Amino acid sequence: MKLRLHIWRQAGPSDQGMMKTYDLDNVSEHMSFLEMLDVLNEQLSERGEEPVAFEHDCREGICGSCGMVINGRPHGPLPRTTACQLHMRTFKDGDEIYIEPWRARAFPVIRDLVVDRSSFDRIIQSGGYVSVNTGNAQDGNTLPIPKVAADKAMDAAACIGCGACVAACPNSSAMLFTSAKAGHLSMLPQGQAERYSRSENMVLTMDAEGFGACSNHYECEAACPKGISADFIARLNRDFVKASLGTSA
Amino acid sequence: MELHSHIPSGPLERKWDSHKANLKLVNPANKRKFSVIVVGTGLAGASAAATLAELGYNVTAITYHDSPRRAHSIAAQGGINAAKNYQNDGDSVWRLFYDTIKGGDFRSREANVYRLSEVSANIIDQCVAQGVPFAREYGGYLANRSFGGAQVSRTFYARGQTGQQLLLGAYQALSRQIGLGKVKMLNRKDMMDVVVVDGKARGVVIRDMRTGVIETVMGDAVVLATGGYGNVFYLSTNAKASNVTATFRAYKKGAAFANPCFTQIHPTCIPQSGDYQSKLTLMSESLRNDGRIWVPKNHGDHRAPGDIPEQDRDYYLERKYPSFGNLSPRDIASRAAKEACDDGRGVGPGGKGVYLDFSDAINRLGAKVIEDRYGNLFEMYERITGENPYEVPMRIYPAVHYTMGGLWVDYNLMSNIPGLFVLGEANFSDHGANRLGASALMQGLADGYFVIPYTIGGYFAKGGLSSVSSDTPEARQAVEQAAAKVQALLQINGKRTSQSFHRALGKIMWDKCGMARNAQGLQEALQEIPALREEFWSNLTLPGSGEQLNQSLDHASRVADFMEFAELMVRDALQREESCGGHFREEYQTEDGEALRNDADFAYVAAWGYGGEGAAPTLHREPLEFENVELATRSYK
Ligand SMILES: Cc1cc2nc3c(=O)[nH]c(=O)nc-3n(C[C@H](O)[C@H](O)[C@H](O)COP(=O)(O)OP(=O)(O)OC[C@H]3O[C@@H](n4cnc5c(N)ncnc54)[C@H](O)[C@@H]3O)c2cc1C
Ligand code: FES
Repeated sequence: MKLRLHIWRQAGPSDQGMMKTYDLDNVSEHMSFLEMLDVLNEQLSERGEEPVAFEHDCREGICGSCGMVINGRPHGPLPRTTACQLHMRTFKDGDEIYIEPWRARAFPVIRDLVVDRSSFDRIIQSGGYVSVNTGNAQDGNTLPIPKVAADKAMDAAACIGCGACVAACPNSSAMLFTSAKAGHLSMLPQGQAERYSRSENMVLTMDAEGFGACSNHYECEAACPKGISADFIARLNRDFVKASLGTSA
Repeated sequence: MELHSHIPSGPLERKWDSHKANLKLVNPANKRKFSVIVVGTGLAGASAAATLAELGYNVTAITYHDSPRRAHSIAAQGGINAAKNYQNDGDSVWRLFYDTIKGGDFRSREANVYRLSEVSANIIDQCVAQGVPFAREYGGYLANRSFGGAQVSRTFYARGQTGQQLLLGAYQALSRQIGLGKVKMLNRKDMMDVVVVDGKARGVVIRDMRTGVIETVMGDAVVLATGGYGNVFYLSTNAKASNVTATFRAYKKGAAFANPCFTQIHPTCIPQSGDYQSKLTLMSESLRNDGRIWVPKNHGDHRAPGDIPEQDRDYYLERKYPSFGNLSPRDIASRAAKEACDDGRGVGPGGKGVYLDFSDAINRLGAKVIEDRYGNLFEMYERITGENPYEVPMRIYPAVHYTMGGLWVDYNLMSNIPGLFVLGEANFSDHGANRLGASALMQGLADGYFVIPYTIGGYFAKGGLSSVSSDTPEARQAVEQAAAKVQALLQINGKRTSQSFHRALGKIMWDKCGMARNAQGLQEALQEIPALREEFWSNLTLPGSGEQLNQSLDHASRVADFMEFAELMVRDALQREESCGGHFREEYQTEDGEALRNDADFAYVAAWGYGGEGAAPTLHREPLEFENVELATRSYK
């Protein structure tokens, strides 16, 4: 098939940036979306033009590297599908496709479609863990965990840290990301000791990093390629309130 | 070059304990005076960096990713082995050890593998304590599944995302140390070289991928946990950025590279669909617990799979290997698939595929159970192929997956360059000529959580480390060389992209040094690789500059090293005149086509030393001594 691509080009963090248009022929429906961009980049390179920078690594929907807004939607039109897992059979001959980076104050553009998501790391560094040193932990089976709780924790832990939730949110809030990690740990007995301090620290860091507040639009849930539920946001809010009122003990 | 494995004396079961007892300790107050550079934040690197910082060492961690959480380990699906014997099915430290040695076709060290098996149980406990959400039974206890090459159920898992959950556990432990200021984390930095001063590893050269600035980080020890080199084949199941640069550069600085030809081809991957294909997707081996592999019995049978009756199907693994059946080890299952396809009975476009069929399991257990077990894998398959595996069998084909070879290390996981430690897939240590499923995650975490924290102390306690700075001539020279490499790449101004060169190199490697190898093909590869390399250095096109994010430059720099490394792999495959594990030399096979090992002449580790620009590398042999197991012909029949 034949496509017309409109892609955000920005040479560096301080460059203004603009949309540029490219025509691409002979796109196979079996290609992945990123393979389609590879083909474009090969053509650009052969012409001596700089290829479009975009982040990717696993191309299996798990590393969370790839992230781009495709026709106005983070990761494109398919629900629960990362950009790398999107295949061209979703599009048709003659389509125009708009491709842009995540846009959020806390995710500055580095180049073209590549943004700096290190703010997510700093949220985790402020509390997204269980404080346990490596050593002689007790036998894993001395801590039975009801399957339902383990499954629910896994639902939250499935977050790939891609940032689609932030890109989808009108306020650029990182609540879905933050609540997924807090929820994963607070569902489990191992996470109880630090449950409230964790919630408080992570939320405060999120604010300090320049993410907006959550006003319950739930666009994040719709955009999340891993289908993380916005219920975790409510759970984190409850824990945060308890922590700040000092009623958690 | 002298290679001492430093395997402790004494009985196998006592070696690790007595070694730990004999290692000198670094006093807690002194630990912060030692700085450790950890390159790589996959399972091996993240677990090492976190644990070393917890102990009090001054740690700098480096990755080319934007975050430590993106490392290739994240993609592991199926699970992690541990000798817990929770299932009461006869598992033990000894059995895991034996399965691993046998699975590796008797080309690994007994002592290392035994230690791996011993610490395996602690790994699960540690991960549970971190909050890794392993699958549980209804009673709340940890669940297990089976993997290839084993007759016990010892694999722990977190849905189809075990690597993700284990890596996030290690990443969280690492993040805690970063937050506490105990680890300095350097993201988006490409390590280009090791700095060796007075014969010891004292630093690394890194290039900032955003600004192009090249500088050194100096320290008292360097830990490489930089993963495997499967991408030398271009198409593999590895993440796109996985590469050989870090270990290959260490090799050029004097570290021995062991068994580079031992590469693993995974039997269950989604077949290639076109020439634009950028990578291959693995379908976890765990699927072989419930899926049955078959091809049509008769040539030219092009009926839809559902229309082919039982009697016209060849369940070739069940037929050839009745006791392990669909759970035969990877090398055997891969070769059997290739054989069926070479015989003209392959399915799908180009006849490069076999069926992995779940219809029996769905009839027996119901679609819901299958969905619980493999839902996300089925979804992934459907997304990529557009076919629904609940209705039609999956089509699969072998693909490059893992590299058993890597930098040579002793029992302490130290290379022959003092102070240069190598962990995880980057070393050669535990898997011999073939790795069993669910054992790479185990090894990466064993190395990082439970081995290096002890052995690095033993190295530091010996003393003899004077202070060094980035101003030493060795450091400055390494920076200059790295800068010269970047400049050289940018100045070629040719016509062909690094992607195109990488594909061409991959094709040579797959055709001549892939699933089956022979002397003639390998000799041809030894002509073709240098010719391609020459063209690379004279006809590469590389748009853009070296002063800002330039992904073409990152890639070209890696391909340049693959171009040299490929030759070493081929040489290694050529010298090993036997078939063992993932290394199948067509000249050496039994009458019924099984691998024919030659223990009399080849029971050694092939460790290659760099010979200098243009000179041939030298081969050193570390003999493998088996005192506890009998070298048997591997049989899964
Ligand atoms: C699809 C797939 C599924 C798998 N499933 C399983 C499974 O179920 N069970 C199992 O046991 N094993 C599995 N494996 C194998 C296993 O995942 C890997 O062997 C293992 O995760 C490797 O871990 P590592 O820490 O050694 O390296 P990696 O995870 O590859 O990490 C390498 C790190 O080094 C960094 N790095 C490398 N070079 C440089 C450089 N030059 N400069 C800076 N940083 C650098 C990278 O950024 C990265 O952080 C699977 C592999 C694949 C491909
Ligand atoms: S490239 Fe890893 S999630 Fe898309």
